[in-house]
Amino acid sequence: MARAAVSRRLTWRVGRLTAVRDETPTARTLVLEVDGWPGHLPGQHVDVRLTAPDGYSTQRSYSIASVADGTTTVELTVQRLDDGEVSPYLTGVFAVGDQVELRGPVGGWFVWRSTGTEPVLLVGGGAGVVPLMAMVRARAAAGSRVPFRLLYSVRTPQDVIYADELRRRVRDDHGLDVTFVYTRSSPDGKPVGRLSVATLNTYGWPADFTPACFVCGPTGFVETVADALVALGHDPGRIRTERFGGS
Amino acid sequence: MIDGNALAGPLGEIFAVDVTTARGTCASCGRVDVVATLHLYTEAPGLVGRCPGCEAVTVRLVRGPDRAWLDLRGLVSLEIPLT
Repeated sequence: MARAAVSRRLTWRVGRLTAVRDETPTARTLVLEVDGWPGHLPGQHVDVRLTAPDGYSTQRSYSIASVADGTTTVELTVQRLDDGEVSPYLTGVFAVGDQVELRGPVGGWFVWRSTGTEPVLLVGGGAGVVPLMAMVRARAAAGSRVPFRLLYSVRTPQDVIYADELRRRVRDDHGLDVTFVYTRSSPDGKPVGRLSVATLNTYGWPADFTPACFVCGPTGFVETVADALVALGHDPGRIRTERFGGS
Repeated sequence: MIDGNALAGPLGEIFAVDVTTARGTCASCGRVDVVATLHLYTEAPGLVGRCPGCEAVTVRLVRGPDRAWLDLRGLVSLEIPLT
């Protein structure tokens, strides 16, 4: 098998930026062309390494947003953190034609497989929606009929990543429901508040349905949601989490 | 703090299987959980994984220019899926 080729060790690849899409005022999708990209599963991530002219090097993990389609194109959506070291570069300075080092795809835990048959609950906070969007896209690409529910917590309507695509998919992807939770300000008439046990109870799946649950977001968000799901009777073994920063 | 999912790249450089899907037994409290669920601290000279149950250090990984040091003494064992 190809996997058993001479170099089994995970190594760095070069990605060249071919396009960008601004998703929100602070989130940008990077479209990268990566030589030899082997494809990936929805939910996997890459490590991105930046090296300065003086040799200083730093790396971060970013979720893959796109679906493996047999090409060598990979999309990452990066949320800019103003006090960050890497994200301001990737979302501001990194320009079409520039190159970056990538290692991946990696991560076999926070992954949805299109052969799965159980209902899926996706709960994302902020940029935590990125790997969940890869799952939503993969579901459509695979023609899966597994019912998906996405609960997406954002500060304001302007912070919704993939807003247009989600609106279109809710209309076109049969069996996909999306619920937004706005924590700072909301469109007219919608409540403002945190994602709670009540939200999960109303818009998630009953524990009896034994759904696969994927929760991604800042640490506090992930812990709150995972605890609430357990309190609602979900099997902890069916709750997969991925957390980033903001402890 | 992030989590053990982010160990997939650094450990993937060393091991042929994805160790983040392995179940580890904490040497301190006995909790059995998947490596991906470890609490991971990156503000150190290396990567420090802690048990999500008792916060004991379970994994330490330091990468030098031409080698890596991996300290797993906080784990009694790893159960590694080989499917």
